[in-house]
Amino acid sequence: MKALRNYLDKIKPNFEEGGKLHWLHSTYDAFETFLFVPNITSRSGVHIHDARDSKRTMIIVVIALIPALLVGMYNVGLQHYMAIGQQASIWDMFLFGLLAMLPQLVVSYVVGLGIEFAIAQARKEEVAEGFLVSGILIPMILPVDTPLWMIAVATAFSVIFAKEVFGGTGYNVFNVALITRAFLFFSYPSKMSGDQVWVRTSDTFGVGGGNVVDSYSGATPLGQLATSEAANFSEFTFQGITGQSLSISDMFFGFIPGSMGEVSTFAIILGAILLIATGVGSWKTMLSVFLGGAVAIVITNLFAQNALMDMPMHYHFLLGGFAFGAVFMATDPVTSSRTEKGKWIYGFFIGLLAVAIRVFNPGYPEGMMLAILFMNAFAPLIDFYVVDANIKRRLKRVATAKTANE
Amino acid sequence: MANRIKIKKGLQIPLLGESELTARGTVTSEFVRICPEDYPGVAPKLAVKVDDTVKAGSPLFYEKKHPEMVFVSPVSGVVTEIERGERRRILNIVVKADGTEEYIDFGKKSVASLSPEEVKKAILEAGLWFAIRQRPYDIVAVPNKQPRDIFVTGFDSSPLAPSYDFILEGQEADLQTGLDALAKLTAGNVYLSISSKTTNPALRQAKNAVITEFDGPHPAGNVGVQVNHLKPVNRGEVVWTLNALNVAMIGRVFNKGVADLTRTVALTGSEIKEKGYYNMLIGTELSSIFEGNVTEGISLRYISGNPLTGRKIEKNGVLRAYDAQVTVIPEGDDVHEAFGWASFSPKRYSAGGTYLQLKKKYRLDARMLGGPRAIIVSNEYDKVFPMDIFPEQLIKSTLAFNIEKMEQLGIYEVAPEDFALCEFVDTSKLELQRIIRTGLDMLRKEME
Repeated sequence: MKALRNYLDKIKPNFEEGGKLHWLHSTYDAFETFLFVPNITSRSGVHIHDARDSKRTMIIVVIALIPALLVGMYNVGLQHYMAIGQQASIWDMFLFGLLAMLPQLVVSYVVGLGIEFAIAQARKEEVAEGFLVSGILIPMILPVDTPLWMIAVATAFSVIFAKEVFGGTGYNVFNVALITRAFLFFSYPSKMSGDQVWVRTSDTFGVGGGNVVDSYSGATPLGQLATSEAANFSEFTFQGITGQSLSISDMFFGFIPGSMGEVSTFAIILGAILLIATGVGSWKTMLSVFLGGAVAIVITNLFAQNALMDMPMHYHFLLGGFAFGAVFMATDPVTSSRTEKGKWIYGFFIGLLAVAIRVFNPGYPEGMMLAILFMNAFAPLIDFYVVDANIKRRLKRVATAKTANE
Repeated sequence: MANRIKIKKGLQIPLLGESELTARGTVTSEFVRICPEDYPGVAPKLAVKVDDTVKAGSPLFYEKKHPEMVFVSPVSGVVTEIERGERRRILNIVVKADGTEEYIDFGKKSVASLSPEEVKKAILEAGLWFAIRQRPYDIVAVPNKQPRDIFVTGFDSSPLAPSYDFILEGQEADLQTGLDALAKLTAGNVYLSISSKTTNPALRQAKNAVITEFDGPHPAGNVGVQVNHLKPVNRGEVVWTLNALNVAMIGRVFNKGVADLTRTVALTGSEIKEKGYYNMLIGTELSSIFEGNVTEGISLRYISGNPLTGRKIEKNGVLRAYDAQVTVIPEGDDVHEAFGWASFSPKRYSAGGTYLQLKKKYRLDARMLGGPRAIIVSNEYDKVFPMDIFPEQLIKSTLAFNIEKMEQLGIYEVAPEDFALCEFVDTSKLELQRIIRTGLDMLRKEME
């Protein structure tokens, strides 16, 4: 480490003002602070600082995402080998998923971080860490077969237009990863929904070649239910991609077709535990999303007209992006409500809207993304009313103080 | 029985280096330096020239708009230098002590027989008015304004804070005299806040004051928090604030008839070998108590005050006007810590849950431990800000200098020190106290 430190000190002057490589200063700084804690000491105000910084916060979120990422990779392989009707070991399945996933992750990070580094340099700021999380979220919420160039275009669009034009990390109104998904959803709907995108049936880098079995159908459970003719839920059964019936445990552990990060509720719960234990994610937001969802589900169940409206609560929570959105998307502190009371309202309406969109919009069986984006737009308004109550209380105090004096 | 208020929000930073309750004698220095910038809101006008002879209690400078508010020399001697900075701003007035300790005699007075105007005049002419601060703006109180109430904090809850119980031992009469004097200066009440751990009977059974007991972590001892819980400041109102040590100092001028600027100072911090309490005058050079008494071989940060709100001083720096504590911690600019973001090091302290906290006490240095960012994490400030105010929103409106919003969100109720803990826990490493100080100064300019 010492040699590395000496090397960094040696090359540092090149990146300072006037140095040959000054145009890479933000990049140098990002790598230096990645390797070593900056030893700049406080100049004004408090003399001691909490050890938690932006890097630590973001890395906790990334770690919380890793269980979902790993199970997701395994499931990509599992679904693939099921689709082509071949036996494969757990490691083969995982390897297949890793190979399918890695290019997407690389594209998302290279494009997003490249833009972030360039803009930080132009602004003469340090590189903010926000995209470390967005970059891993993006491939996790996309169908596995999304073409890489689409990921590149969508990532560039959302980093520039959803984040940097607003001022960068901390100022964005909408969740960057969800804007990426929304951009793709509305620009290339055929690649983002339907039955053909959730399972990779072709080989990846030559691994796992084979032909799809006859009974194959790649529809997600929610997709199946949305297109089902069943009059109520009891007449309906969820099917896996080869026609086998899906158990609750398949759904809980994530062995169903779907976006990579969203399938395993179990892995998401592990992530949620870490986020709540470290205080990085707000348990209030998470809980209120489920509460809001529960209220909407109880109402739709009561007035059920079809199988989708009749779907019991646990299926709603296990399927689609509900849990993933509640734990990793709704809790994004920048785009969520910033007041504690606001978080209850914000989360509640996300859950409510997600279920409503799911149940009443047959064209789009998954409502989580739109619900969160919609509430992102309303978060400042919710905060406004929460803060306004405090302001009103203060004004009232002035009024009573005045009358008391008269 | 005193009223009791429980403070839930806040944080007691478990710092290493608390002072033992031992008196270690008196410290003097040849030169004494008074720094006008210690006194917020004061525009200094010199009352002396270089080579002037002064007594202890002679004015060195006064406030431009309020010439009756004087700031006096703590020692008798000769003014040897007036150090100036940019734009001829006065940095230090240096007085060489002649060792005779000749005091100007203002005459002993019995507070009970004085009118409010006479009380005010006695404090002003002895140069002790600076002890009284006002809200709004957290400046030295404007003498010709009537305060709605006066708030006195009877304990310091900040990290490594000096024990008021211990310091005030033997000053019980002065404290009561000071409270009696303050009671004459307001039509409202004098509120004295004590800690649930306060033992000194002069504080616990003080007369002429409304006593409230506060229980909870720092910043329960901050007078701003106490005001907010007892009777918040409204727009257009003025309250005065002090700490109990300064009340006793005011009491001394009536009981002894002289301007005695002696402080009992706690020497604290992880890098101090022999910790304890020293008596010294405001402005005394501290190098003699640091000499041979600090960790060798690493770079150190010397602070007059506590690690949250104190001022950075040099090794030969002086005790600043409002401080009863001197702290020495590692500077940390010679430390290169690899992969801090992935660290499991038990030496790192965090108020949040992102680090395992295994130790009971921590030795923290002055590093920022991160780069400045936009405000990202929410509910971070709120957890350590026990006032009925939204700290983040107030900071944002202050940054934008949106006066209407600042007023609505409670800018008149706060002082920079109230944001010290927010600044400590801030993931985004923003200079919140400086933001609030600048905002208050600009606001005052705008309003007056």
